Amino acid sequence: MLKIRNLESGYDKLKVLKGISLHVKSGEIVTIIGANGAGKTTLLNTITSIVKTTGGKIDLKGVDVTTASPNLIVKSGCALVPEGRQLYPSMTVKENLILGAYTLYRRREHKLALENLENIYTMFPVLKERRSQLAGTLSGGEQQMVAIGRALMSDPDLLLMDEPSMGLAPLIVKDIFRTVKKLRDKGKTILIVEQNAKAVLEIADRGYVMETGSLILEGSSEDLLDNNDVKRAYLGRDYKDFTD
Amino acid sequence: MIYSKEYETMQREDLEQLQVERLQVTLNRVYRNVLFYKNLYDEKKIEISDIKSLKNLASLPLTSKDDLRGSYPYEAFAVPLRDIVRIHSTSGTTGTPIVVGYTKNDLKIWSCLVARVLSAAGITGNDLVQIAFNYSQSTGGLGFHYGAEQIGASVIPASGEEVLKQIQIMKDYRSSALVSTPGYALHIVSILEENGMDPQELNLSTGLFGSEPWSEKLRTKIESKLKIKAFDNYGLSEIIGPGVAFECDEHNGLHVNEDHFIVEVIDPETLEVLPAGMEGELVFTTITKEGFPLIRYRTGDISSIIEEPCECGRTTRRIKRVSGRTDDMIIVDGNNIFPSQIEAILFEIEGVEPHFQIILNREEGLDVIELKVEVSSNLFVFDEIRKVQSFQQKIQQQLITSLGLHAKISLIESKSLGRTRGEKIKRVLDLRKL
Repeated sequence: MLKIRNLESGYDKLKVLKGISLHVKSGEIVTIIGANGAGKTTLLNTITSIVKTTGGKIDLKGVDVTTASPNLIVKSGCALVPEGRQLYPSMTVKENLILGAYTLYRRREHKLALENLENIYTMFPVLKERRSQLAGTLSGGEQQMVAIGRALMSDPDLLLMDEPSMGLAPLIVKDIFRTVKKLRDKGKTILIVEQNAKAVLEIADRGYVMETGSLILEGSSEDLLDNNDVKRAYLGRDYKDFTD
Repeated sequence: MIYSKEYETMQREDLEQLQVERLQVTLNRVYRNVLFYKNLYDEKKIEISDIKSLKNLASLPLTSKDDLRGSYPYEAFAVPLRDIVRIHSTSGTTGTPIVVGYTKNDLKIWSCLVARVLSAAGITGNDLVQIAFNYSQSTGGLGFHYGAEQIGASVIPASGEEVLKQIQIMKDYRSSALVSTPGYALHIVSILEENGMDPQELNLSTGLFGSEPWSEKLRTKIESKLKIKAFDNYGLSEIIGPGVAFECDEHNGLHVNEDHFIVEVIDPETLEVLPAGMEGELVFTTITKEGFPLIRYRTGDISSIIEEPCECGRTTRRIKRVSGRTDDMIIVDGNNIFPSQIEAILFEIEGVEPHFQIILNREEGLDVIELKVEVSSNLFVFDEIRKVQSFQQKIQQQLITSLGLHAKISLIESKSLGRTRGEKIKRVLDLRKL
């Protein structure tokens, strides 16, 4: 589905990604875990062409999209659920969702957009209930549902998620990740960037660990959970637990 | 059977992507965590981010046994010692061993890799696997033990039991598979014959032999005498132990577990990477190991890469059966010994000039090693039998304590060993028919 080789990017003179190679197979949930400032968001923004690539290659469904524009990436079947939801708080839930289908509207596929909207309502009944409510009035978990729903409006094959657990209570995080799993069961491929390693490794098939713009570990979720570096750095297990 | 179908039958293109990812991840980790590699790359002004493809791997310096000696014992580990759950070690060239640490994940991966080796030889959960490798510092015993348990076989850790006991276990417990050195299998054959026992009385159907080079002729002999199918496998402790490469039913080269190890063949003189089909020295890079990763490690083993796809369905490339060594290392009953180690021991023992010759032979399938040592002629002039004997014993004892080597020692007069024109004694005389 997605194949990345030696990806480099950054902001002006600041090089953030220092040669990232990773792949996501069709039907997989893959996660990239890393601390603040590791370059996780930059990676997703580079894949979606929001940040310009300065080196390397991105291959989406067998097509080289390294220099494609963001809207072409969406058209190729890849959508982003951005960090911090990025909803329009003064617009209704429905309006927010419809924005996610802008590529469909441009192609005059209004009917398809409406179909997708109905599908999303079936999947998240709570959004149907609240469709006329202003997005800003929803709880954090519901807002995250809207953000996911909005990304699904273009009916992507590959869903990129940037820290979906951010700012949410543990129970809500569980809910969100259960939804992610459901999406995979419906045939979506998912790449999640997360700091909450424990929660995401429970649902992911594989993962990579990112540190200061480089990947330093790769493996099945099970192996990563067993890795002591991961335990120390991301699972909140203190050094003391190991030395005592 | 193919144990790990997803990885062993991967499309080459996908495998290459996986190898590049894992290689880069490993390089990032060794550069951060292993001082030896950090210094090496800094000194040579190598940017690891320049390694963008498998081809670029050739631009990295090679690692040799000698390089690792400086890191004795734990300096080359890529994780803190508390993350290590197992320690094995190998014999080094001059007595300093190479210490190899495994994390929990390393052991898990290792077990699965050996499970591939066993599955390819047809071993299943219904088999009784008798392991006649010494369960010690070397990796053969425990490596196969965990691999066999991984596939659910019943493991008989016969280890270093003496041969009659091994045969009795084999007979009484109805062992269906034997894991050992090929030499040991041959030894079992001769003991069976000596005691007038029929191999048919045994339940043995499969043998997995490794840790020393052996020929097709020897395979035919073992197979016909023991009425089994014999499979070769390849591995070395520095890399992981058994589980690096293995034979499938086709018996035509050994499949390398390429999703965990990148294999190259180099010219041992020019150090250039050789194309597939050309014979040279095997070089491995580990790409999933946590505890003790190695980049471009020179094995000293001679082989070549087979690129053509195999009938068995695995897409991994194969290596030819190892045909020999680039250095003077000798393998005695699966143990690696360098003549330089023997030289160092002789040096330490006063009165003995380090002029010696190692003569290897095979009796009843077992390796017999004889050490001919030239001694100062005055020892013979005085003809003090007792003195001579005590010298012999001293050397013999030293060889056992330092190398675990039981050798017959012959003291001979100075200059009596045949020398070539360059005044050099042929160090090793290998009379074994491998």
